[in-house]
Amino acid sequence: MDAITETVAATPLLEVRACRQSYHKDSSADLLVLDDVNVSIANGEIVGLLGRSGSGKSTLLRIVAGLLTPTAGDVRWQGKPVSGPTQGVAMVFQSFALFPWLTVQENVELGLEALGTPRAERDKRAEEAIDLIGLGGYESAYPKELSGGMRQRVGLARALVVHPDLLLMDEPFSALDVLTAETLRTDLIDLWMEGKLPIKSVLMVTHNIEEAVLMCDRILVFSSNPGRVASELRVPFAHPRNRHDAAFRQLVDDIYALMTRRATVIPKATTAATPAVDVTFATPLQPVSTNLLAGLIETMAGHPYDGRADLPALAAALQLEADELLPMGEALQLLGFGVLEEGDLKLSEPGKEFAHADTDGRKALFAAALRAHVPLVAAIRRTLDERWNHRASAVRFRDELEDHMSPDYAEDTLRTAIAWGRYAELYTYDEEAAQFSLEDIEAAA
Amino acid sequence: MSSTVHPALALGRRLPNAWDLAALLCVFGLIMAFAQAAPGTFKPLDAPEALAVDLSPTNLPEYALRTTMRMFAALAASLLFTFTYAPFAARSRRAGIVLIPLLDVLQSVPILGFLSFTTVFFMSLFPGRVLGLELAAIFAIFTSQAWNMAFSFYQSLVTTPSDLAEATQSFHLTTWQRFWRLDVPFAMPGLVWNTMLSMSGGWFFVVASEAITLGDKTFTLPGIGSYVALALDKRDLGAVLWAILAMLVVILLYDQLLFRPLVAWSAKFRFEFTASSTGEDPWVLKLLRRTHVLRTAGGAIGDVLSAVGTWRLGKPVRKSVQTVKAPNTFGDLVFYAVVALAVAGAAWKVVEYIAANNVGWADLGEAVGLGCITLLRVVVLIALASVVWVPIGVWIGLRPNWARRIQVLAQFLAAFPANLLFPIFVVVIVKFHLNADVWLTPLMILGTQWYILFNVVAGASAFPGDLQEAAKNFRIGGLLWWRKVMLPGIFPYFVTGAITASGGSWNASIVSEVASWGDDKLSAHGLGAYIAHATDAGDFPRIVLGVVVMSAFVLGFNRAVWRPMYGYATRRLTLS
Repeated sequence: MDAITETVAATPLLEVRACRQSYHKDSSADLLVLDDVNVSIANGEIVGLLGRSGSGKSTLLRIVAGLLTPTAGDVRWQGKPVSGPTQGVAMVFQSFALFPWLTVQENVELGLEALGTPRAERDKRAEEAIDLIGLGGYESAYPKELSGGMRQRVGLARALVVHPDLLLMDEPFSALDVLTAETLRTDLIDLWMEGKLPIKSVLMVTHNIEEAVLMCDRILVFSSNPGRVASELRVPFAHPRNRHDAAFRQLVDDIYALMTRRATVIPKATTAATPAVDVTFATPLQPVSTNLLAGLIETMAGHPYDGRADLPALAAALQLEADELLPMGEALQLLGFGVLEEGDLKLSEPGKEFAHADTDGRKALFAAALRAHVPLVAAIRRTLDERWNHRASAVRFRDELEDHMSPDYAEDTLRTAIAWGRYAELYTYDEEAAQFSLEDIEAAA
Repeated sequence: MSSTVHPALALGRRLPNAWDLAALLCVFGLIMAFAQAAPGTFKPLDAPEALAVDLSPTNLPEYALRTTMRMFAALAASLLFTFTYAPFAARSRRAGIVLIPLLDVLQSVPILGFLSFTTVFFMSLFPGRVLGLELAAIFAIFTSQAWNMAFSFYQSLVTTPSDLAEATQSFHLTTWQRFWRLDVPFAMPGLVWNTMLSMSGGWFFVVASEAITLGDKTFTLPGIGSYVALALDKRDLGAVLWAILAMLVVILLYDQLLFRPLVAWSAKFRFEFTASSTGEDPWVLKLLRRTHVLRTAGGAIGDVLSAVGTWRLGKPVRKSVQTVKAPNTFGDLVFYAVVALAVAGAAWKVVEYIAANNVGWADLGEAVGLGCITLLRVVVLIALASVVWVPIGVWIGLRPNWARRIQVLAQFLAAFPANLLFPIFVVVIVKFHLNADVWLTPLMILGTQWYILFNVVAGASAFPGDLQEAAKNFRIGGLLWWRKVMLPGIFPYFVTGAITASGGSWNASIVSEVASWGDDKLSAHGLGAYIAHATDAGDFPRIVLGVVVMSAFVLGFNRAVWRPMYGYATRRLTLS
């Protein structure tokens, strides 16, 4: 397989050079989503874009599809610059994006219809694609009659029927249950290996590490905020791959380690205002509930982890995906309750103390941690203390945050600050008035 | 049951008030222009023989047919309007800024007050011909149907799921293909539902628009509406009953033949992926689906239509979206300058018209005072109707078997033009010498109260079962149950129904504050009566004044009361 890839690689199917994507914001500097991304896709390979949510990988996929124009950089499809939806590229959506009022057959034929393909030809090719993907007998069904797995098969058939050179998949299996997703993955890989798919290459976005290692020939690991290619890995295993193989496990472990290494390794040159590692007022907070954090700390403190856990093992035991576990680990690290290193999560002394405290003790510990380590929460509390009526509008904090991050991030961050501060009884929040206050809080002050 | 959001509430973001004011000014500037032109072109017209109406019941089938034709002609015009106005407003940011507040104002304006202007206008287009009168009637019906359809379509266009839009782009669909493959199907359920409501609304206007009195002239078009008008004039209760019967038959026919199948069929376009339990197919749809000949014919028509939809008209979206859009400041400047000019022109027109016709502050004061009386009526009636229908609606809604049957009945009642029942009230009031100010009032809500009922029924049937069980489990009963459990649960639905009912009541006030039975003329004090009298007298300045004041009342009431209530309901009283 590798040998083939090497020989055809001379003329890349797709090339993205120095791609940069930012969202315009009038009050301050543009918000960077992607920065200096270079990707090249050769004939005959499956490439995975792996990263946390918000790392801009879906944005990159849309740039490749020609749905978005990058702010800067060069996107070339078979040597020619891309300026609109690319011919020869077909996309499979995370949400399936099926038209509920069209039957399976009509959904599959959609792309051919748009090209003005004659009816007979359309029927023939749709028939082929439907049979290939295992949908025979469902031609006249409507999407709502199908299970999630069958729906995504329709999504696949619809993309394959136009015989694209490059198949784009945007987290195609993440909306499916574990078993269904696995069946679809292996079916797809089998077809790929047998050379039955009418495509040359695949570019897929995923946040599932095992999925990437299972399917891809090459994995680009993205770092977040702004999204960059942090590292590139070649997956040397032949298909079919065995998840329990030691080398497979090792690679998964390595990728976990890569993803927990955070931004510290990567030089940050974008905005001088935000230092690389320090937590500032405007550090985005990930919405992780306090219940989850408490549960994680308890689990970590108990047997068999005793304060230290291997992330892949922990993820498997808790049935969480990397994308779900990592924010929790990072939140612990932020609060000083834990440390992430080389794919492991370690509980710190305050973390252990938290595990053994009662409800009030936990709240006190949490409050102390917030005031010490989360400047945003500390700032809110300080403002409330200074005001004569102990009230402050949330709008002003949101505006301040939006100077440093996208509105969505600002919203998430503020929500998290509200939830954490409420739990720690540092302040209360009135949703109707969008106002922080110190009502009923005297004791804690 | 697709509960619909009232268009005035559906706008997610509040549009700036300045735009509402600008739109209001533009609409009225236009009306003034009409009104100024109207008396000039108004020439006496001898009523042609073709317009004679006869009270013999044997004529009713023909009259019913002609009335129905008019309604469908208006419906076709409304669809055409919807398919052009809404996409234009949705696709162009600048057009949207102007067109949407305009639509909002247009549908708050009491259209019945316009009848005299538009009739004169259309008759002046075709002097001495029936065609002008026909067009005027069709236009009047159109104005009662078009706005909410356009609004519903616009609403769908701006809420099209983004992944489907991306799919059409990445599969290179042209704009034409996208319109028929994505936009229209996605809008279909809301559009069908609103078309049905429009049809009901239209009936109300048929009766008013087929027989129009301007000054000392009465113009009639053969149809059920003019038949009723004549019957009222001749004190022929039998004829009124015949007309009611004919109308019932017509409504039943198109309801069964057209709308039931359409609603059931449009369920296929509902954007949801959970297979919902749908009721049984209506018999016409079953017939269409199961009869071989009909099915083949239907299939052929469907094929032709879908072939039209696949024409590669227009271009595929060639350019990809640029997130960093340089705002076109010069273009914006020109655009806003033009809009400002138009608004200034409209404002000047309003002032000029009022100044030229000696309509002074006293007249304005009188109109506003009468408006307050009508406002009081509307508020009292909505409150009364709520007290009656909310408990009944909840009772029905919690019993699914009843709910289904009552829904159909309530929709039918809403479609029934309540003004046909006015004669009965008038006879009673005259007979017992009752106070017209009080007893004419219920007429206003006769036709619109059903919106409250069927929205409450919908709300109660959608009330989560687990919450009901929880309430039972904690033995919450009596007043507490209403206050903490049921009323908050149905509140969003109630508001939707109440705003429709209140809007309809304002409109109805123009015909219901004045009623006649032969020579017995009853009149209540109110803005509706003011407009009606001005229409009878052909007093254009006062019609304009009345309509302006009423529009201001309706808009103000929507903004000050209903919209905040609806906002509160969606923010706090919905789970999700």
